[in-house]
Amino acid sequence: MFDIVRKKSLNPTVTLMDIYAPAVAKKAEPGQFIILRTDCDGERIPLTVADFDREKGTVTIIFQIVGATTEKLNRLGEGDCLCDFVGPLGRATETEGKKKVAVVGGGVGCAIAYPVAKKFFEQGTEVHSIIGFRNRDLVILEDEFKAVSQKLCLMSDDGSCGEKGLVTDALKALIESGEKYDEVITIGPLIMMKFVSKLTKEYGIHTVASMNPVMIDGTGMCGGCRLSVGGEMKFACVDGPEFDAHLIDFDEAIARSSMYRPFERHAHEETCNLFAKADAVGKDGNN
Amino acid sequence: MANMSLKKNEMPTQAPDVRNKNFSEVALGYTEEQAIDEAKRCLNCKTKPCVGGCPVHINIPAFIEKVAAGEFEEAYKMIALSSSLPAVCGRVCPQETQCEQKCVRGIKGEPVAIGRLERYVADRHNALEAEEVSLPEKNGHKVAVIGSGPSGLACASDLAKLGYDVTVFEALHLAGGVLVYGIPEFRLPKAIVGKEIDGLKALGVKIETNTVIGKTFSIDELMEKMGFEAVFIGSGAGLPRFMNIKGENLKGVYSANEFLTRINLMKAYKDDGTTPVQRSKKTVVVGGGNVAMDAARCAKRLGADVTVVYRRTEKELPARAEEVEHAMEEGIRFMFLTNPLEILPTEDGWVKGVLCQKMKLSEPDASGRARPVPIEGSAELVEADSVIMSIGTSPNPLIKSTTTGLDTQKWGGIIADENGQTSKEGVFAGGDAVTGAATVILAMGAGKTAAAAIDEYIKNKNI
Repeated sequence: MFDIVRKKSLNPTVTLMDIYAPAVAKKAEPGQFIILRTDCDGERIPLTVADFDREKGTVTIIFQIVGATTEKLNRLGEGDCLCDFVGPLGRATETEGKKKVAVVGGGVGCAIAYPVAKKFFEQGTEVHSIIGFRNRDLVILEDEFKAVSQKLCLMSDDGSCGEKGLVTDALKALIESGEKYDEVITIGPLIMMKFVSKLTKEYGIHTVASMNPVMIDGTGMCGGCRLSVGGEMKFACVDGPEFDAHLIDFDEAIARSSMYRPFERHAHEETCNLFAKADAVGKDGNN
Repeated sequence: MANMSLKKNEMPTQAPDVRNKNFSEVALGYTEEQAIDEAKRCLNCKTKPCVGGCPVHINIPAFIEKVAAGEFEEAYKMIALSSSLPAVCGRVCPQETQCEQKCVRGIKGEPVAIGRLERYVADRHNALEAEEVSLPEKNGHKVAVIGSGPSGLACASDLAKLGYDVTVFEALHLAGGVLVYGIPEFRLPKAIVGKEIDGLKALGVKIETNTVIGKTFSIDELMEKMGFEAVFIGSGAGLPRFMNIKGENLKGVYSANEFLTRINLMKAYKDDGTTPVQRSKKTVVVGGGNVAMDAARCAKRLGADVTVVYRRTEKELPARAEEVEHAMEEGIRFMFLTNPLEILPTEDGWVKGVLCQKMKLSEPDASGRARPVPIEGSAELVEADSVIMSIGTSPNPLIKSTTTGLDTQKWGGIIADENGQTSKEGVFAGGDAVTGAATVILAMGAGKTAAAAIDEYIKNKNI
């Protein structure tokens, strides 16, 4: 069960995998996520459903290698299997009644933005996609986005591809040029979503942000993923992960997401060291 | 010859200052001599009030008589007629409000140590080589059980023994429910829970972990598309309650569920654990139930100076007496008649302390216990770098929101009659999902009752 059916490197730090999980594939909808463990002593981590194939029974995940578990995950290959894989969790994106939307993705957040853009596009909504990356080596899913957007703006921090600038620059330019969006959907680093939200609030455009707090169970039993939305406590795993961005306390979410940084950094280093050692032994051959 | 000692045989226990630094079991269990000696304290009295005190009516005097005679397997068989989790219940039942409260030996001295004897018998049985289990003949009917906690395990076990094809669906990656994520290793070794699960699998029960009913499948689907003729909902009460006071979202504030799940399920207490938990120096635990005691004792074992803040007095603490006693012995402080007002932050967003109010007791409230009322102007700051909210849990609304025709109380408990029958045909429920957070033995009892009712229901349907 939970075999890795396909693995593809999208850029040096982002990997795509198709996981065989027919029950999840049957039900998954854009906006939802899964929780997985690579091994039976492993950590539970949430990853958004990037795509799914109900016939083949596979779920696509796209992850950035940022810590111990994603490092371990990236070491697995086609034919290996995951210890645990549960979903689909969270609420699906609401796409009803929207005629024109802007989808704003940053970095690996674009992997999460893509299925949302696709769902809107396939139902006939006009989709303007703005995707931003630090530089051209990190660009992912450009062709895929092109296929599901009437307009695509590719932004890079250093100007090495697309236009130089932030996604908020592109969004502001579009709005100022007269584009009337029913909704803006933003997915990416918290700080990016905070500024997209600030921008759209000025224009009164309804905005949805996909939150990615630290999670443990993902089913609503621990409150670890809690955030303040409109002054109320919400759990990202059952009430979200998408919320009205103008109501989210982003500063609090940013603070909470840093709670285990030292542990995460240490665990990541340890894991990289272990793999480096194993690789060195492998290179030495049959000594 | 009856043992007329007024005191129970003492339970060998790890010393408090040793055990508050490790996660090994605190109570080490009676020796054979102690068990027989304690069993002889039972007078086999005519009225047997202990049986009525037991939520599942174990024939207590009968099993104790076997222990006194050294016939331990026979004793086990007596218990197993009414209970499916004796090794668990012997450890976690609040005997002081159940069987032992009624024991006539308790009038003049201490009651017979019924719980300790149940534990001894169960542990001794579990240490034997697992016997070849003769698989019951399958009757061709499928039942789904939602949740692998005590009520689900008990229901699945009884149904399997009646020949039903049972599948247990569990949301987490390990089976056991609160036995595995909630109750710590030092109170209930996970190997014991593992043995129960293995026993279930030996009976032919299928356990599907990583399956969230209400997300992966719905109950309607289970019955209409997947061939299950009846469903038992044993999904527990896992939704944590917060106080909704200022500062509750600061770094270092946990719900007890999160704290315990990191430690018990994800083994964050281990040095090489892959899931982190804050290594606090000063922890405040808010609450007075078993979960609060578990959280406090776990925090202590992680090296913190721990204070339990409770709004009523020691007398009103709902926790099991032995847990409170053990917690106090382990050096955990209690501040009674104290309630948090606000959690104060440090400059970088961690917990600095808890501003607490002193309380006094007044007229009883709806629960029958004296209502705590604040004493104006009595705020005091309790220093802490971590706060664990253990003020209760309620049923997760996921199943109600994804099942047609299932009635629940306003607070989320599924409405079920004394047989576990809900408002939806073929759907039964029991345990915390119905009553709200309660005990393992009540949940187990409900699972057994529902199994009998499901058997009745399916038989009648096919007449």
